[in-house]
This record gives sequence, C-alpha cells and structure tokens, in this order.
Amino acid sequence: MSKLFPKSANKLPLQILIYLGVLAGIATAGATYYLTPKYTRVGYAPVQPVPFSHAQHVQEVGLDCRYCHSSVDKSGHSNVPTAQTCMNCHNVIKPTSPLLAPVRESFEKNTPVPWVWVHRTPDFAYFNHAIHVNRGVSCVECHGKVNEMDTVAHTQPLSMAFCIECHRNPEMRLRDPKDIFNLDSKNLADQGRAEDARKYIHDWKVMPPQSCSGCHR
Amino acid sequence: MRNVYLITLFVCVALASIFGLRGTTFTRPPMDVFPEWAFPGMKYQPKLRPQGASTFFADGRADRVPPAHTVARGMLRDDDQLYLGKDDAGGWVKGFPAKLSVDRAFIEHGRERYTIYCAPCHSELGDGNGITKRYGMGATPTYHDDRLRNMAEGEIYNTITNGKNTMLSYADKLAPDERWAVIAYMRALQRAHQGKPADVSDPAARQTLGIQ
Ligand code: HEC
Ligand code: HEC
Ligand code: HEC
Ligand code: HEC
Ligand code: HEC
Ligand code: HEC
Repeated sequence: MSKLFPKSANKLPLQILIYLGVLAGIATAGATYYLTPKYTRVGYAPVQPVPFSHAQHVQEVGLDCRYCHSSVDKSGHSNVPTAQTCMNCHNVIKPTSPLLAPVRESFEKNTPVPWVWVHRTPDFAYFNHAIHVNRGVSCVECHGKVNEMDTVAHTQPLSMAFCIECHRNPEMRLRDPKDIFNLDSKNLADQGRAEDARKYIHDWKVMPPQSCSGCHR
Repeated sequence: MRNVYLITLFVCVALASIFGLRGTTFTRPPMDVFPEWAFPGMKYQPKLRPQGASTFFADGRADRVPPAHTVARGMLRDDDQLYLGKDDAGGWVKGFPAKLSVDRAFIEHGRERYTIYCAPCHSELGDGNGITKRYGMGATPTYHDDRLRNMAEGEIYNTITNGKNTMLSYADKLAPDERWAVIAYMRALQRAHQGKPADVSDPAARQTLGIQ
C-alpha cells in the first residue's frame, strides 16, 4: 500500500496556522485602515445642485462665513443659507446665470434648494456650533480649508476619537477669538503663544466635556 | 504554500487598488460601517433636525413657520419704537429707542455686524464702494450725503428690516437690537467722515496721527 500523504504533509497543520495568523493580521490592518471614518468619510464631496464655490465667494468677494452661515455663532445649528441670501447679490450680479436657476426658483416659489448634506453627526451624538466658535475653535479645525474649496469636501473624520482628542487637550487647537473666521490664521500654539492659550483656558474656564453624557445626552 | 502566499498578495493588491487610499475625493454617499439595518433607529432617530427634511408635513420641511396671527409665548413685539422704528404718532423714530443703551460695547457690536453684513456692498467706510460694486451692484449709495445724514434712525431701521428696491431685507440675519447697533455704527462712520483734526482730543491719538 502506497503512502496516502507525502512526508511534507506533517508540516501542513503548522503552515495552515501560520497562514491563518497572517490572514488575521491582514484583515485587522485592512479594517483599521478602511472601516474607520478616516477612510469612509474623508474626501466626501457630493455634487451640489448649484456649483457654489466657497473659494470664489470667500477669497475673491471676501465674504465672512457668518454672512451666509448666520446662526453659527448664535445657535447649535449652523444654517445653510436661504435663497434670499444669495439673491441679495444675485438679483443684480449675474441675474440670468443658468447655474443659479435653482436658487431663483427657490426664491420665487418658496421651495428649498436641495443642497446635499456633507457633514452629519449621527442622531445619538449632540453637537453645538456656537459653543465651539465662541470659545476659540475655528471652523478650519473641523471643516478644513473651506475657503479654498470649489466644492465642499469632508476633510476631517469627525469621529468620536477626533472630538475627544481635542477635548482632552484643547490648548493646542484654540485660536485668538478675532481669528476664528479667518481660516488662514494660525492657532495660538503655532504662533508660539501656547502660554496665552493656557491662560485663556484658565480664565474663561474652558472645560470641554469628556464624559459620555456630555455628547450622548 | 508559496503559491498560496502569492495569491493572497495578489488579492490584497487588487483590493487595495479597488478601495484606494484614505482621503481620495468621491461623490457617492459615504459607506456606513454600522449600517442602519443592523442597528435600526440609532443613527436616524424619529426626530426632526434643523433645516432637515420631513415626510409628515406637506411642504417636506422640518422647520415650521408660526401660523398667521399667532405669537409665541414671550415673543410679543409690542414696542413699536424698538421693533418697527416708529414713534407714537406713526412717524419714523429720531434717535435710538429708550430701551437700548448706546455705549461703546453697543457700537463695537455694531461695527462687527456692519463689517459682516453691510461692508460687502457699502464698504468699510460707508462710501458705497464695497467689493460688489466691481461686479455690478451700481446702485449702492454712500452714507456721506445730507439725505442719509439727516434720515431718521427709524427709517434706516425700516430699510434694514424690510429692504429697499434692490437691497433685500436683513431681518433674518440681524436681531432687532443688532439692527440698532448697526445704525449706531453707521452714525459713527458718518461722524468720522466729517471729522476735523480739532476733534481728536486724546493726546496719544493726536501724536500717532501727527496732529500738532
Ligand atoms: C455666499 C455664502 C457663503 C459663505 C460666505 C460661506 N458659505 Fe459655507 N456654504 C454655503 C452654501 C450655499 C453651502 C451649501 C452648499 C455646499 O455644500 O457647497 C455651504 C456649505 C458649507 C459647509 C458644508 C455643510 C454641510 O453640508 O455639511 C461648510 C462646512 C461650510 N459651508 C463652511 C463655511 C465656512 C467655514 C465659511 C467661511 C470661510 C463659509 N462656509 C462661507 C454658503 C456660504
Ligand atoms: C456678496 C454678494 C454675493 C452673495 C451673497 C452671493 N454671491 Fe454668488 N457671486 C458673487 C460674485 C461677485 C460672483 C462672481 C461674478 C463674476 O465672476 O462676475 C458670484 C458668482 C457666483 C456663481 C457663478 C456664476 C456664473 O455664472 O459664473 C454662482 C453659481 C454663485 N455665485 C452662487 C451663489 C450662491 C448659491 C449664493 C448663496 C448661497 C451666492 N452666490 C451668494 C457675489 C455673491
Ligand atoms: C468642533 C468642530 C466644528 C467646528 C469648529 C465647526 N463645525 Fe460646522 N459642523 C461640525 C459638525 C460635527 C457638523 C455636523 C452637524 C450635524 O450633523 O448637525 C457640522 C456641520 C456644519 C454645517 C452643515 C449644517 C447642516 O446641518 O446642514 C455647516 C454649514 C457648518 N458646519 C459650518 C461651520 C462654520 C461656518 C464654522 C465656523 C464658524 C463651523 N462649522 C465650525 C463641526 C464643526
Ligand atoms: C478643536 C477642538 C475641539 C474639537 C475638534 C471638538 N471640540 Fe467640542 N469643545 C471644544 C471646546 C473648547 C469646548 C468648550 C468648552 C467650554 O467652553 O467649557 C467644547 C465643548 C463641547 C460640548 C459642550 C457643549 C455644551 O453645551 O456644554 C460638546 C457637547 C462638544 N464640545 C461636542 C463635540 C463633538 C461632538 C465634537 C466632534 C464632532 C467636538 N466637540 C469636537 C473643543 C473641541
Ligand atoms: C466629545 C463628545 C463625545 C464624548 C465625550 C463621547 N462620545 Fe461617543 N460619540 C461621539 C460622536 C460624535 C460619535 C459619532 C461618531 C461617528 O459618527 O463616527 C460617537 C459615537 C459613539 C458610539 C458609536 C460607535 C461609533 O464610533 O460610531 C459609541 C458606542 C459611543 N460613542 C460611546 C461613548 C461612550 C461609552 C462614551 C464615554 C466614555 C462616549 N461615547 C463619549 C462623541 C462623544
Ligand atoms: C448686497 C449689497 C448690499 C448689502 C449687503 C447692504 N446693502 Fe444697503 N443698499 C444696497 C443698495 C443696492 C441700495 C440702494 C437701494 C435703492 O435702490 O434705493 C442700498 C441702500 C441702503 C440705504 C439707503 C436707503 C435709502 O433710503 O436710500 C441704507 C440706509 C442701507 N442700504 C443700509 C444698509 C445696512 C445697514 C446694511 C447692513 C445690514 C446694508 N445696507 C447692506 C445694497 C446693499
């Protein structure tokens, strides 16, 4: 009777184990790389109904973020502007541009412009714009350089780890209150004013929540 | 065994080239790692969010406008001076409503709001040569003529609230007291435009300006 298995088969169980180990390593590496918001969200830049360019309106025309996102320093929600906000200028500037047709229609018929939502926290997490903006956190920390974008893209993961990282150590990320809406400005630490940032945190009692109920309320 | 490793490597390279690197721009909606069917009612709870969509209301919006002829509790605007810029006789208010205290902080607040909402057209100086003039907003007037210098504050308030000709309303962006603060800053601009060297009383400021 000939041998059913060659001699090398003796090593097979070990080899299979090693291979499974390698496979598990690859799967873990793949999941950490691909299944986190750093991959799933960053870079999301939906096609908007109107090709509105922040670069053109903020850098060329020089508008402040609050001209359009007028509730960002007053309420938890940062509003996307009404059609009337656009018509303030576009009733005279480029009044017949075909690109602006949805805005004009919305203004006349009082229907919403179907802007596509880019940044969205899940409903089980609570977020508030005004508290961040009024306490020295600039838009650029969470939205990237919107002032240079032609189409708004998701540049930060906005995951829980991202939020907590700053909440644990805000002094590296805070800005002079007058620089909040100037996205090209540097934060206090990068200006070499980390001492000022610490003083600001102490004097103004800046205490971002780190306990679960601060954000999952 | 070598072949198995080679095939694994090939599969990895193939998958990596399909999924790409982090941070690549894409337009389809982001993938859900914890999908809705597995964890229903967590990410999308049956609540309405500001400016969100609603399937319940006929116009599809979550934000509601108060029904006509109703006033929310505590929101009654019965002070015509403050909210309409009109005095008891129905004419435009001259000066500022008694409820507001016009002080430095008030004018500074007005400066901030003016720079955001008015300067794009009326310019930082109030001369009407804001950046939009270059793009065709030709009608923007200067504040530095007698008509606007002598215009009652109440009438300017009305222009901000309801707009005038090609200038649309700013009532949705400025709360009533902010509108008055902007007017206070407009008055400061008009005064500054007519300033003379003799008006500067602070000695330090005189020195920096080079006034003898
Ligand atoms: C002229 C008006 C205007 C100005 C000024 C403006 N925005 Fe916007 N912004 C919009 C509109 C309209 C949208 C929605 C369309 C889009 O996403 O492109 C938007 C969208 C956004 C979004 C994405 C919202 C989402 O759906 O998640 C962010 C973030 C944002 N703006 C930040 C800023 C910042 C920061 C500034 C100041 C540098 C700024 N915007 C200035 C009009 C404006
Ligand atoms: C302060 C004035 C101002 C406001 C407010 C404003 N825009 Fe503009 N917009 C401009 C100017 C100036 C241009 C450049 C026109 C040119 O290049 O001649 C422009 C150009 C555009 C263009 C390109 C038009 C074309 O045909 O090339 C689009 C699209 C546009 N704006 C959309 C919007 C939208 C949407 C809003 C409202 C969220 C808005 N704008 C609000 C001033 C404004
Ligand atoms: C601390 C981080 C942070 C900062 C700072 C921040 N944002 Fe946001 N922003 C978010 C998050 C998170 C969301 C998603 C909110 C949600 O789902 O309601 C968001 C959403 C938005 C939206 C879309 C809102 C909607 O519901 O359509 C706009 C517009 C916006 N931000 C503008 C701004 C502007 C302008 C600034 C600066 C003045 C700013 N944000 C500063 C984190 C931030
Ligand atoms: C760049 C720094 C930074 C980032 C990023 C950041 N925060 Fe904050 N957060 C702060 C600061 C500073 C405060 C203000 C604390 C204070 O004033 O006491 C704050 C306060 C808060 C509060 C308390 C608000 C209140 O009403 O008590 C909540 C909730 C919150 N943040 C949620 C979030 C969430 C959710 C995210 C992620 C999307 C986030 N934050 C990202 C810096 C940050
Ligand atoms: C700074 C605000 C903040 C604090 C504090 C916080 N969370 Fe979160 N959490 C978030 C945000 C924002 C998300 C949504 C993340 C996303 O969409 O990727 C989240 C998501 C989650 C999730 C869903 C898993 C996920 O990543 O989507 C769980 C579970 C969770 N948090 C548990 C906790 C627990 C437990 C604590 C206390 C130890 C806590 N959180 C404290 C902001 C916070
Ligand atoms: C988009 C450009 C634009 C912006 C922004 C703007 N205005 Fe005007 N404004 C105009 C134009 C155009 C006119 C001329 C209207 C007309 O044809 O009589 C005008 C006229 C005026 C007048 C004179 C009205 C009259 O009776 O003759 C006042 C006062 C005024 N604006 C105040 C303001 C204030 C205060 C703000 C800030 C809240 C502001 N404007 C923002 C474009 C603008």
